[in-house]
Amino acid sequence: MFVKHETIEKNAVLLAVLTTLTIAIGGIVELVPLFTIETTVEKVEGVRPYSPLELAGRDIYVREGCYTCHSQQIRALKDEVERYGHYSLAAESMYDRPFQWGSKRNGPDLARVGGKYSNDWHYAHLANPQSMVPESLMPRYAFLANREVDPARVARHLRANKTVGTPYTEEQVANVAADLAAQADVNAEPDALAKRYPKAVQVQGDGRRVTEMDALVAYLQVLGTMVDFTNPANEKLQQ
Amino acid sequence: MAENNAAGEKDSVTGRHTTGHEWDGLKELNTPLPKWWFWTFVATVVWGIGYAIAYPSVPWINTYFPGVLGYSQRNVVTAEVKALEAQRAGVMQKLKAVPLEEVKKDEALYVVAMTAGRVTFAENCRACHGAGGEGRPGYPALAGDAWIWGGKLADIQQSIVYGIRSAHPETRMSQMPKFGADGILKAEEIDQVSDYVMVFYRPGAPALPGAAKGETVYAENCAVCHGDKGEGKRELGAPALRSSVHLYGDTRAAVRAQIVNPKQGVMPAWNARLDEATIRAVTLYVHGLGGGE
Ligand code: HEC
Ligand code: HEC
Ligand code: HEC
Repeated sequence: MFVKHETIEKNAVLLAVLTTLTIAIGGIVELVPLFTIETTVEKVEGVRPYSPLELAGRDIYVREGCYTCHSQQIRALKDEVERYGHYSLAAESMYDRPFQWGSKRNGPDLARVGGKYSNDWHYAHLANPQSMVPESLMPRYAFLANREVDPARVARHLRANKTVGTPYTEEQVANVAADLAAQADVNAEPDALAKRYPKAVQVQGDGRRVTEMDALVAYLQVLGTMVDFTNPANEKLQQ
Repeated sequence: MAENNAAGEKDSVTGRHTTGHEWDGLKELNTPLPKWWFWTFVATVVWGIGYAIAYPSVPWINTYFPGVLGYSQRNVVTAEVKALEAQRAGVMQKLKAVPLEEVKKDEALYVVAMTAGRVTFAENCRACHGAGGEGRPGYPALAGDAWIWGGKLADIQQSIVYGIRSAHPETRMSQMPKFGADGILKAEEIDQVSDYVMVFYRPGAPALPGAAKGETVYAENCAVCHGDKGEGKRELGAPALRSSVHLYGDTRAAVRAQIVNPKQGVMPAWNARLDEATIRAVTLYVHGLGGGE
């Protein structure tokens, strides 16, 4: 061989350097193409960053560990597509940090749950799942309705996302508090919100305060609804 | 290995060669891999190369080698879904073509429709309307004969396709005014009309004190939608009040709450989630739950 085993094995520093190099090559070959290959995250029409309320809701989803029972990934398999709808695209979780794909399905997949139920149903179901589905083994989350969302915190979270590359505009960053309040209140004027965040669903808050429940419902209602598969721009994805 | 063997001397205890490696006087015996292990290893390498040629594998800068078989999981699932559609096409096309009222006459078709309807109902409707369509507060029973919008096949189909107070532009729509919250009626009048509504809710029970005055309030404010005799108006989605089935409970408190700040039930539109034939199947299924007209 070119380098005698003995030389490497008896020289700890050289061994460490060469080991690192070998692993690095493997890592580079596996990882770099993921960033450069265009189909890793293909371009689709419609995916947008989360609105402030949805972003807050996503945080609560992660905090409460909803992912321990729910996946958010419809696999490209016949049975899944039949039950849940179009298979998930990487682009749909492009602004998820981290993504919520998962494989644990004590409950159904939630990747396309947005629009499947009414806001009322989600409020009632989260507060007491058994009131809607008697045999459900999902825990109760009624306490979320008593906890307020802090707009300043959401604003910081949104800016942090912008820092790591989520394309929030200056306008979006400047209007966090307004958008948060507008989306949580059914009676609020929806136009500005809808312009900044198309398809954002207004939820049933009481208009006086924004609760974690409002945020979580807003998040659930947008899941899987951003990409319109009937849009000709997304034609190659049609099944 | 060969050169190591050549380099290694014979170990006097075991009679085998050493690898020639030596650490502080300790020498390593050259124990060759078992043959089966070695050849299995070779086989997996060969398999790996074959696999890499056949299937998508080696990455390149902005693309990758797609493999000579041109395999793609997406194409597979698309083909599978198409095949499934083709398999169902005959019967589903028929379900689309035959008028809903006549499906029942074609027994084989009806069985298919009811099966498809049952599965669709379990996945999409059960969480609100209950497993057997028995309903629950705020979510009407579909198995009974008290309909808000109508229990004919066409009515049911319309409720499902466009939803009720849904986001669809052609949704069924109607709003009961907020008589209390918007100050249309005085608190006293609300109490009176609540008392009057209880006459519908509890026929035969002694009338509550405000009922007599409440009758006028009712005639002026409520009869347009709920009907002079509380029989309801389907074209407005105003439920019958003279009934034993109530969407929001049968207590006076529930009635009063509804008058002060009405709940407005929302049912999503299903035209985007379910295809036409499936909607027709679930329409027939709902109609067949027991209350269809
Ligand atoms: C212990 C496991 C468990 C946890 C944790 C859990 N769920 Fe569930 N979830 C279920 C089960 C089981 C169902 C199916 C029965 C039902 O609808 O309640 C379900 C159903 C749902 C549904 C309805 C899905 C559909 O398509 O019918 C939604 C939405 C949902 N869960 C949201 C959540 C959210 C949000 C959280 C976190 C706050 C959460 N779940 C946590 C088990 C769980
Ligand atoms: C998010 C909960 C929800 C889901 C899911 C849902 N519905 Fe409904 N549905 C409702 C509500 C609420 C109403 C009553 C609306 C009102 O108050 O007028 C209703 C009304 C109806 C009606 C009209 C009843 C009448 O008395 O006229 C029909 C028919 C119906 N639903 C069928 C279905 C079918 C079929 C499905 C499944 C494909 C379904 N619903 C799924 C909530 C739901
Ligand atoms: C513009 C039409 C309209 C008018 C006027 C109206 N209602 Fe209603 N009412 C409705 C509708 C629609 C619903 C059903 C709401 C739903 O489906 O969620 C309803 C529901 C109700 C219910 C609940 C029924 C149940 O099954 O639980 C009561 C009680 C009621 N109205 C009483 C009244 C009284 C009393 C008045 C007059 C003070 C009145 N309504 C005026 C449209 C109207």
